[in-house]
Amino acid sequence: MRFVRKLGAASLLGLKRVGRMGLFLAEALFYASTPPLKSSYLLKQIQFIGFQSMLVIFLTGAFAGMVLGLQGFYTLNRFGSTALLGPMVALTLIKEIGPVFSALMVTGRAGSAMTAEIGIMRISEQIDALELMGLNPFRYLVVPKLLAGIIVLPLLTAIFNVVGIFGGYLIGGRLLGVGEGTYFGEMTNYVDMKDILGGIYKSLTFGVLITWVCCYKGYYSGFGAEGVSKATTQAVVLSSVLILVWDYFMTSVLF
Amino acid sequence: MIKIEDLYKSFDGLEVLRGVSFQVEKGEILALIGRSGDGKSVLLKHVAGLIRPDRGRVFIEGNDMCCLRGKKLEEIRSRFGFLFQSGALFDSLTVYENVAFPLREKTRLSEEGIRKKVLEMLDQMDLIGAENKYPAQISGGMIRRAALARSLVMNPEIMLFDEPTTGLDPIIACAILNLIDSLHQRFGFTGILVTHEIPTVFKFVQKVAMLHEGKILTVERPEKIQSSSHPIVQQFITGCLEGPLRYR
Repeated sequence: MRFVRKLGAASLLGLKRVGRMGLFLAEALFYASTPPLKSSYLLKQIQFIGFQSMLVIFLTGAFAGMVLGLQGFYTLNRFGSTALLGPMVALTLIKEIGPVFSALMVTGRAGSAMTAEIGIMRISEQIDALELMGLNPFRYLVVPKLLAGIIVLPLLTAIFNVVGIFGGYLIGGRLLGVGEGTYFGEMTNYVDMKDILGGIYKSLTFGVLITWVCCYKGYYSGFGAEGVSKATTQAVVLSSVLILVWDYFMTSVLF
Repeated sequence: MIKIEDLYKSFDGLEVLRGVSFQVEKGEILALIGRSGDGKSVLLKHVAGLIRPDRGRVFIEGNDMCCLRGKKLEEIRSRFGFLFQSGALFDSLTVYENVAFPLREKTRLSEEGIRKKVLEMLDQMDLIGAENKYPAQISGGMIRRAALARSLVMNPEIMLFDEPTTGLDPIIACAILNLIDSLHQRFGFTGILVTHEIPTVFKFVQKVAMLHEGKILTVERPEKIQSSSHPIVQQFITGCLEGPLRYR
């Protein structure tokens, strides 16, 4: 009986948290779709989430493409179809690896910082100060990050994909001997617009997901430095898990 | 006018406020005294509408803060100034930007007009020279004065002070209380001042309320409360170890 009661209490608490997260997203989307938009804050966030993530996206994209080129070549070589290396690298990157890796990198680099920033503002009463000036904290802290995430994630994913494709060519083409024309030419035969759009849709939703989870965790972080540190860890872990779970559902619907 | 009626609040089963009622007339400052942890800051946050009560009401000029939401709540809050215990300055902005922030966001003043107003306010707070510094680069006393400047720059009708002198040396503490007094005389705001500066604060306020175990024990004029015969009030304001209040 005690076990059932505990299970019931835990389920109710879980449900309450999910509900609160849902309401947080609904409120953020409402304020994002109604004026005024704080454009200077939005530009700052685009610079922070987007521009400052370029190096890490460039590096991970290059090495992900190089690994795909290497592994793909050896696997395809067994069947005598190394000519398909280009489409294989491109499709893997565009449909799966590009959106997912870019989202995971942004979560690690910018998502954790978002949670920490909002969490510190919460515990040092800066969010209360905003409210007491008659200003809506969502418009200053959440909406610019949410919109920046939506704008920036597809662009970063595109960069990741392009760099990754060239990384694959560097290994498959320059090092292992697949011809340039074969590598890039076959891509146009196998990669459809539908594949590219699918990847863009995924990265758009990842942009919402990362900023939603990270802002929510910061906004409702616990007390003191420990509370912010816990919230930051939870934000990164939850975002990363949700990216992979959501990716599965998106893949099953889109492709 | 601020009117609080039968306010109750508990956190995780712990009752913090248990039927608090009092009122502050327009233009008055009320000092709210009481032991640490007795719910003074919680009460102040109820007045500002940052916390909603379990029961009871808070009226600001007839508006029930407990029922207001959205635009109306933002509008009422625009008439408030709140000085937090920590200052709550935005740590990514300089002192100048902090004070200019509400003017930039809530008014249509030109950048020149904002500059004039901010520098005038900083001058009153004796903060000229520190305007380009970040909160992490200035002392506790300067943080409080900068926060006071930010909360007063919009000429609020109601000021709430949450222990503005805690952690400061007696000279700076007295200077800040003097500053609050002179600003009160100049702007004529209605205020609640949570403080432990006893008896210094009695010179500056019109009323004193003592909060004890979630209830208001007494609301009196400062000269009356000093001669109060209530054993708890008397022990608290004299800081005596002997009496009904125990060390905790």
